[in-house]
Amino acid sequence: MKFRFEVLVSLKEGLLDPQGKAVQNALPTLGWSNVSDVRVGKHIELVVEADDEAAARSQVEEMARRFLSNPVIEDFRVLAAEEA
Amino acid sequence: MAEARVGVVTFPGSLDDRDALRAVAFMGGEPVAVWHQATTLDGVDAVILPGGFSYGDYLRTGAIARFAPVMAAVQEFASGGGPVLGICNGFQILCEAGLLPGALIRNRGLAFVCRWIHIRSEGLPGSADAPRGEVLHIPVKHGEGQFVASAEELERIESEGLVAFRYCSAEGMVDERFNPNGATHGIAGVRNEAGNVLGMMPHPEHAVDPDLGPTGGQHVLEWLLAAARARVGAVT
Repeated sequence: MKFRFEVLVSLKEGLLDPQGKAVQNALPTLGWSNVSDVRVGKHIELVVEADDEAAARSQVEEMARRFLSNPVIEDFRVLAAEEA
Repeated sequence: MAEARVGVVTFPGSLDDRDALRAVAFMGGEPVAVWHQATTLDGVDAVILPGGFSYGDYLRTGAIARFAPVMAAVQEFASGGGPVLGICNGFQILCEAGLLPGALIRNRGLAFVCRWIHIRSEGLPGSADAPRGEVLHIPVKHGEGQFVASAEELERIESEGLVAFRYCSAEGMVDERFNPNGATHGIAGVRNEAGNVLGMMPHPEHAVDPDLGPTGGQHVLEWLLAAARARVGAVT
């Protein structure tokens, strides 16, 4: 079976996010002055072929830990498994 | 005495491999080109991971290169005490590979910086001729050179003396004004605990030949070649 996952990767809390800060600083110039805590991360979609959802999810989590994110600077979340 | 053989790895997207090979020869070493698909290092005495944009910097800088076939050999070489120098993208690769602490993220101002700067040597590992406090005139050119680490890791890096270089003024004063990318504590380069692996954002390979400009890079290449020569003829 094939399972579709989304992996969200974001810079760790407490690390200054230069991209998020630049976006946040640009918003008031467009008239939105009530926005704070902008963080820019990555959204990775992928499809895994596996026997069941649990096996697929555990593989995605290992891939996220070893490769898709850098644990020194980033956190990740694995979202929304569905049969592809 | 046999010359020290220094391998320079070329990844898809490496840019500064040619300059690194030339700098090694200029400084009296024997340059050896190493392809990223290689599974051995062909008995070299030191390794340089050069600057550039390996694998297009996709995912994260260095994230894909660290899994290139040659990196298994580099890991083994480094854990056996072999001297390894990572420059710019090479530094990013060494951090991704876990051979150096911390990580490099987007510059604080988001802009790519390309200019001559000064860095202060905080003492190169195992090298008597690398006095602490020496100021090197050297170029940087990077978009993702802001060194970061967790608070605990940073404390360990500082307390164990793993900082090799900090950005500074021409007189050697470390201050945010002279920090081109927002690096934490002005860190321009770090080493590992054993002292045989060094990573830095500035480019020593572009600054060795006096006919072409300042020569702040000689200091770094001298360290690498001295460490390499110490291994020539050693039983490995």
